Amino acid sequence: MTLPASPMPAGFSDPVFEGQAAFRALMDAMVRPGLVVTAGAALAPPAGLMPAAAAAILAICDFETPLWLSPALQGGAAGPYLRFHAGAPLVTDPASAAFAVLDGRHEAFRLTDFAQGDASYPDRSTTVLVQVASLTAGKQIVVAGPGIAGIAELRIEDLPDDFGAQWQANRAAFPLGVDLIFVSGNQLVALPRSARLVGEAA
Amino acid sequence: MNASPYNFAYLDEQTKRMIRRAILKAIAIPGYQVPFASREMPMPYGWGTGGVQVTAAILGPEDVLKVIDQGADDTTNAVSIRAFFAKTANVRVTTSTAEATVIQTRHRIPEMALTSRQVLVYQVPIPEPLRFLEPRETETRTMHALAEYGLMHVKLYEDIARYGHIATSYDYPVEVAGRYVMDPSPIPKFDNPKMDNCDALQLFGAGREKRIYAIPPHTRVVSLDFDDHPFERNKFDHPCALCGASESYLDEVVTDDKGGRMFVCSDTDFCEGRRAEGHRGHLLGDEPAAREAAE
Amino acid sequence: MYVAVKGGERAIDNAHKLLADKRRGDREVPELSTAQIREQLTLAVDRVMTEGSLYDRDLAALAVKQARGDMIEAIFLLRAYRTTLPRFGVSEPLETAQMLVRRRISATYKDLPGGQVLGPTFDYTHRLLDFGLESGSEPAAVATAPADPDATMPRVTDIIAGEDLIERNPPADPAAPVGDLTRDPLNFPAGRDLRLQNLARGDEGFLLALAYSTQRGYGRTHPFVGEIRLGEVEVEMFVEDLGFAVPLGDITVTECQMVNQFKGSATEPPRFTRGYGLGFGHCERKAMSMALVDRALRADEFDEERKAPAQDEEFVLSHSDNVQATGFVEHLKLPHYVDFQAELAFIRQMRREQTAAKEAAE
Repeated sequence: MTLPASPMPAGFSDPVFEGQAAFRALMDAMVRPGLVVTAGAALAPPAGLMPAAAAAILAICDFETPLWLSPALQGGAAGPYLRFHAGAPLVTDPASAAFAVLDGRHEAFRLTDFAQGDASYPDRSTTVLVQVASLTAGKQIVVAGPGIAGIAELRIEDLPDDFGAQWQANRAAFPLGVDLIFVSGNQLVALPRSARLVGEAA
Repeated sequence: MNASPYNFAYLDEQTKRMIRRAILKAIAIPGYQVPFASREMPMPYGWGTGGVQVTAAILGPEDVLKVIDQGADDTTNAVSIRAFFAKTANVRVTTSTAEATVIQTRHRIPEMALTSRQVLVYQVPIPEPLRFLEPRETETRTMHALAEYGLMHVKLYEDIARYGHIATSYDYPVEVAGRYVMDPSPIPKFDNPKMDNCDALQLFGAGREKRIYAIPPHTRVVSLDFDDHPFERNKFDHPCALCGASESYLDEVVTDDKGGRMFVCSDTDFCEGRRAEGHRGHLLGDEPAAREAAE
Repeated sequence: MYVAVKGGERAIDNAHKLLADKRRGDREVPELSTAQIREQLTLAVDRVMTEGSLYDRDLAALAVKQARGDMIEAIFLLRAYRTTLPRFGVSEPLETAQMLVRRRISATYKDLPGGQVLGPTFDYTHRLLDFGLESGSEPAAVATAPADPDATMPRVTDIIAGEDLIERNPPADPAAPVGDLTRDPLNFPAGRDLRLQNLARGDEGFLLALAYSTQRGYGRTHPFVGEIRLGEVEVEMFVEDLGFAVPLGDITVTECQMVNQFKGSATEPPRFTRGYGLGFGHCERKAMSMALVDRALRADEFDEERKAPAQDEEFVLSHSDNVQATGFVEHLKLPHYVDFQAELAFIRQMRREQTAAKEAAE
């Protein structure tokens, strides 16, 4: 029997209250697209996984939520960490995942790879967490829709060039489609499928 | 921190995560009823088990909770639910609408405009707005999938033919964000306009029917109507007998068996707040300032 | 920390005290112990366990006592407790063919291997009030026979299946997840596993009425009681770390297998069809009703036209649960005065308009 090279980093030290705080941050973000919130500041997840991404997953994922990790994350310590602390089964098909984590710094993504829900059950879709370098610099995205008084402006680093077209297609399929959560360090911002793209700038 | 044998806010963490996932989906698809694995709560179905589960899943130690039934903090079921959370979650509870961060309600929306730091949680008996037209879930689910709401419009129009009005005075259906027709729970239609472009998040929990749905802030909520029969908010002929308010929803209180009636605000916190500011209805005499001057 | 509000809290507190007082009744009469309920009101305990879907005689007896004998209230108490229990896994299927049988009757054969065993039944009692019970009486000693270690009691449906005259049960798929409607919302159409779970938890009176309606022509299924058996079976759970199933203990169950209207086609020889019922403890009426409704709900499988209430899956499964039903019916006693006020104002307005229109026309 071989022992792991390094001990498993800790999850929430107080799952009840840290889980609740992380969820409320995530809920606030989902309720107000464009609002940057803080989550998981006390977490020190393994390399490759950002604290806010770890906090979001630990707050809402468990053995009932199939989790997909992108190629950039699959081989690393994120998988064992999330399996151990959340108990989420790891799946290889993104379209069968309830949650997916990928790293925008190293990977492009196609939203259509993930579960879109169906007309009777549009909730049966994947929530996609994208780790990026910054939520204050990078491409500007302007959205309108539920949760937004007027318009909301987001800045997200590491977006694929065709993101605007992808998001428009995602919105056109409403109520089907994926919900996006962008994470940078211990910050996150959400783009629910209801958000309508009204402008973008490099 | 609390000696209760149960977890914080009663529900176990796995159940909370399941409800939290449903809430996030509900927010992303405004007005769509998300099925969730509603648990058997230690209070009867129909008594607010859906609202209680939603509240328990979002509540944290920083929250201040207000519970109302029929607009009042002191109705027995509101008292009972507030006591449940005071016991199982040890959170601060209040009757003040302004002070609350989470407000659980049955049948009313507070008169005071809600703010962005508040969440309104509705208790919902029948979440399906089409249910009284079509009892089968298999059928109504398809209607929502196709956004096929013709049956609803036919029903409303039949009302107009028979009564000259859309004959619905509470539980009045709305369209949310231009897509889903939604049941607002049995609030009087007087309250419907408050759902539109509200600053607060509105969450709806139906425990027995196992559905959660949501209206995010700043979302367009339209009460169904026709161009020639636009939606009308009901008005009252009298001001409140206690605080003199003329723009609030009133309860009719029978005072004797000879036709005596008085009308008082259904929102007890609103009414008390107005009286604290010095407003007086006819039952309490004149404005205090006027009385002092007379003495 | 609690902000007191007016009278509601004290009224509720006092109501609870009154309830406890009424529960206790006349203090001159000795208090009922839960052990007495467990041992002497056994069928009440069995019903509460079945519809509460929790096998624990002591807790069910406590629930019956706390509920003042109100069965649905007792079922509700047990359900609300069950919700908070952690789940360790799923048991292996019960092997009722291996049951230690205390009662076993078949209506389809005069005699059969293992024989007819009447057991403890009301069936042939004359329903005359036994005033001897009022004064307390010790029942006569019961007759016993030596246990026969070689005795076998094959299930009647297995005997019929030996001739291939009854539909085959679908082979079990050990890899298939076990559905649980208490952990996932029920969607339609539901599989038979979820249907049976729903019926097992369903209200005995509701299922009885539906079962009765099938006999009167609202979805006839030509039933024969293949067999009813009552007795103890072992519950086993497969433990991954050990690699084998370990016994957890014995439970008492009642099983009813109905043999129903045969079906066949040009390619399939005619075979009888099945309806299945199972409940905790001694619950014959429930198990029989469940088996009849189970068979009625299988209408689609046998190309039977669905037109009777008992054949309507969504109708039956949506209304079978008495805890849900009683909650929603009884919630009407909560205040609804805000909605009623809206209706009052509206009906007055319409009447004013009608009067005005009439006067204008005159």
